[in-house]
This record gives sequence, C-alpha cells and structure tokens, in this order.
Amino acid sequence: MTEPATLLRLATLNTAYAACIDADRLEDWPGFFHERCLYKITTADNHKRGYAAGVVYADSRAMLHDRVSALRQANIYERQNYRHIVGMPSVGATEGNEISAEAPFLVVRTMRDGRMDLFATGVYLDRLREDADGALRFTERLVICDSSRFDTLLAIPL
Amino acid sequence: MDGTSVQPGLDGSARPWPPGLTRVPFWVYQERDIARQEQARIFQGPVWNFLCLEVDVPNTGDFRTTIVGEMPVVVVRGDNGAVHAFENRCAHRGALICLEDGGSARDFACVYHAWRYDLCGNLTSVAFRHGVNGQGGMAKDFDMAAIGPRKLRTTIFCGLVFGTLSSATPPIEDYLGEAISARVRRVLKKPVEVIGRFIQPLPNNWKLYMENVKDTYHASLLHLFFATFRITRLSQGGGVLVSESGAHHASTTLAPAQAADTTYRDAGLRSDNASFRLADPGLLEIRDEWGDGIQLQILSVFPGFVLQQIHNCLAVRQIVPRGVDAMDLHWTYLGFANDTPDLRALRLKQCNLVGPAGFVSMEDGCVGGFVQRGTAAAEDAESVVEMGGSGTETQTTRATEAAVRGFWKEWRGLMGI
Repeated sequence: MTEPATLLRLATLNTAYAACIDADRLEDWPGFFHERCLYKITTADNHKRGYAAGVVYADSRAMLHDRVSALRQANIYERQNYRHIVGMPSVGATEGNEISAEAPFLVVRTMRDGRMDLFATGVYLDRLREDADGALRFTERLVICDSSRFDTLLAIPL
Repeated sequence: MDGTSVQPGLDGSARPWPPGLTRVPFWVYQERDIARQEQARIFQGPVWNFLCLEVDVPNTGDFRTTIVGEMPVVVVRGDNGAVHAFENRCAHRGALICLEDGGSARDFACVYHAWRYDLCGNLTSVAFRHGVNGQGGMAKDFDMAAIGPRKLRTTIFCGLVFGTLSSATPPIEDYLGEAISARVRRVLKKPVEVIGRFIQPLPNNWKLYMENVKDTYHASLLHLFFATFRITRLSQGGGVLVSESGAHHASTTLAPAQAADTTYRDAGLRSDNASFRLADPGLLEIRDEWGDGIQLQILSVFPGFVLQQIHNCLAVRQIVPRGVDAMDLHWTYLGFANDTPDLRALRLKQCNLVGPAGFVSMEDGCVGGFVQRGTAAAEDAESVVEMGGSGTETQTTRATEAAVRGFWKEWRGLMGI
C-alpha cells in the first residue's frame, strides 16, 4: 500500500515537470534530474527487445542542459508546443533511498499554423531519490513511447 | 527540341525538362502519375532495394517484413541457408500473408483463407482445395505453381540484404561500382548488431530526402550543431565520391585541421556561433575505429538506402515512399557485435546526433517539407542544382551538388524522362 503522501509528491512532481516543458521553461527542465542520471526516449518495442539506443539519450544533467542549448541556439524547427497530460503515477518498490514509479503520458503537439496532432503516448519509467534539500529528483526517467514512429522531428523533450 | 526532354502530363500535355542536370522541375515531387511510374520503373526496376540486415534473419525460418517502394515484402532465411524474399501478398485475394515485423516461422499462412506458403514464397496448400464432402473446391487442374506472390532475387553484401524484381539488375558490386563497394566494406568491416529501430514519417516526397542525403553542400549550413563544434565544415578535408552511373554516392569528412578557420565567420553565416559550447562534451569524443581519419561517411545506394557513419554512430536508413508527399524513414541503429562496453556507451551517446531528435539530423526531418510546401504552387518552376558545376563526377570538395545531379541522371534514365 503506497503512502498517499508519496503518491501526491510524485503527482505534484510530474505536474511541475509537464508544466515546465509545456510552458517553454526548458532551461528549468534539467533541474528535475540529479547530476548523474539517465534520461532516454525510446519505443516500447526497443525497450521490450532490450535495444539500448534512444532517440534522446543523456547520462548526465549536463547533457540535458546541452539539449536545451542546442534547441535554443542551434537546431532549426518550426515553432511548436506540447501539451502533456500525465496520468496518476503508480509507485513501485523502494530500494534504499530510491523510489521506482511509473506514469502514463499523452502529448499533443500544436504547430505554428494551429495544426494539432497526437504526437506521443507512452509511459514514464522512473527512479527517484531525494536531493540534499529533500526534494525528489529523477535518477532515471525512461520515456517509453507506445509507437515506433516520431513524426517529422522530436525537438522539445517529452 | 534543343535537348529538352518531354514528359507527358496526366492531361496528355507535354512537360518540358530543361537540358542538362542543373535544373529539376518541381512537378517531379507532386504528380501522382510520376509516383505510380516510379513503382514500376524504379523500385521494381533494375535496382537493388535494401531489404534488411543479414543479422535480422540468422536462422532457417527467421523472417522480417519490409517494403520495397510500396510493395510489402517478406524476407526469410530458407532451409538451404539462402535468404529469400517474396511479395507479402496472398495469391488468392491479395491479403498480407505475414502480419509481423519479424520472427521465426516454419511456413506462412494467410489468415484470410489459410492458403499456405513455404519459406521460398511458393504456394503449398489451398484450404478445402478438394471441397467438403465432395462439393465445392477448386478445379481439378488448378495449378498452385502457376500462381504465387512475386519473388525477388536477393543478394547479400557486407551483411546487408538487397532484393530486386528485375532480371537485368547486375551483381551488387557491379551495381555499386568498385569505389562505393569499398566504402560499404570499410564501414561494415565486422558483424553488427541492432541497438535500436525508429521510424520517422516525413512530410515530403521521397526524392527530396534522397537529395538531402546526397547534398553535401547543406550539411554545415543547415546544421549549426556540426559547424559550431567543427564536426564538419566545408573547409574541412573530405569530398564526395559519385559512382560512374551517378546513382550512388559516398561523402566523407576528414578529421579537422587544428588551424583556426574563419571561412564561416568571414562569410557572416548563421552557422558559426562562438558562444555555443557543450556542458558535457562526452558525445563529441571520437574513436578512430577505422584508422583512416574519416570522421563521417554518408553513403547512399539508389534508390532508397543510406549507410551512415557519423563518428562512431552507425545506422542504416531505408526510404519508404508513402504517396506523393509523404514518406517513412526507417532507422536502424547499429553497433558491432564485439563492442567493448565503453565503445557501446559512446555509440549510445552519439545516437543523440542522429534520428528524429538528432542534434545534426533533426533539420533534415523538416527541410523536405519546407520544399514540398514552398513549391506547392510552382510545379513548372525549377530548382537550381549548379553548385560545383554541371557534372556528376567525384569531387574533392563538399561544396558541390554533384551527387544530387547523379541521382537525377539515374532517375531520369530509368524513368525515360
């Protein structure tokens, strides 16, 4: 039986995470992770087969910062934004001070001309630990997309 | 006609193609009739289409389904160890025979009426062929051997399985030519394994993507990430190799010279930004696995295959047309089977460079769509493909569109345009 307090903390964290991306505060996004972390976007099929590669793969918070810098300064893509709908998390086992959890997500992408697409659905497979200040941060967030297809390009993180 | 070739339009009117290879009219990306003819003349013509990797079908009965142009195809390892390929279409009513991406099977049965096929694609049984209780069934002289899905001739080169529907397609190494064959051998020098698969639907005609792959001119101009980190810039050593036919290419970029390079800054181009530095430069580490200083090699095989070595990030890409203004790009990321853990870890990091979210390939996902949309009302206008002259010869610079012209030379030859 999961403590309601843990559930609430995770749901609050996921809500803040989604709002950060959807409101284009991408500079704050790496702050949801520990310095040593793993963030990967892949597909359910790759995950099932044990294929390790992702379309995005970061094993440090610095790499997440670099992803944001590249989006801001280097990469060319049409203006677009996401709306994340993140479902209620389910909390798994706690090992030492690390919690495992997962939550389903759905992301609608709106392009500059107003076109809206169901861009991605899937599940976040998370491992979290408190930082020195007692705030929960991700040591691992695997973004497992249900579909193997990524339309046109994936610029903004999921 | 001063060398101008003419293509009859759907309404019977003739469309002019300007002389030479330096102009490409935009209707080639727009007309349904062209797309239909491409299926017969290009994809089902005298070309080698990439089907799958040999490691996808290691043992008897192992199969993968793929697409050649728009034709669904089953690729399967037969009893004799040979790799067979046949159209994924039941001889009866035309339904897909195989509904999985891959797997292992003793034979194949169409789900619709249970007609069965062996691993070579031969029809072996027809359900209720002799009827039920003496009634119904097929005619006594019904000949199973006379019908069946079309079979492709296959060949394997460096672990890549190719297929063709034409008896006129030359052996793969003759098709590629010596120089391009050597470039394939260079990258795929030992057994590979798959480390990820992704599909990237693109909002453009398939030819726009293939041109982009062959366009060595755009790389350091569109892709700021590369230019800024000196991963590739046109002033870096390298060049583009174009096969004799024009059909295939391999572009290379050599390790950068250490001297300061102001070509871009002097030209005031967007793609030089000294303030942009990585917080974690780990993904820019490069191992010279090939010992030849080639940091980057992009190779294309006509009509729709790409072999990529970007640093230590290896992938094959397969182009699948989806009508006139859409296509799917199938990415398969690779490592070598004997990778050390740290080399594999480096490849995983470098995968950030490519694919739908790639620091250097993201833009390739949208730029074809920009052309498709930009030319929507300009079917009779033409693109200018004149960088580096008007020929298709191998060049020691990447500031050229020779490989793009080579593509059109081959395409027009096969299409008779």
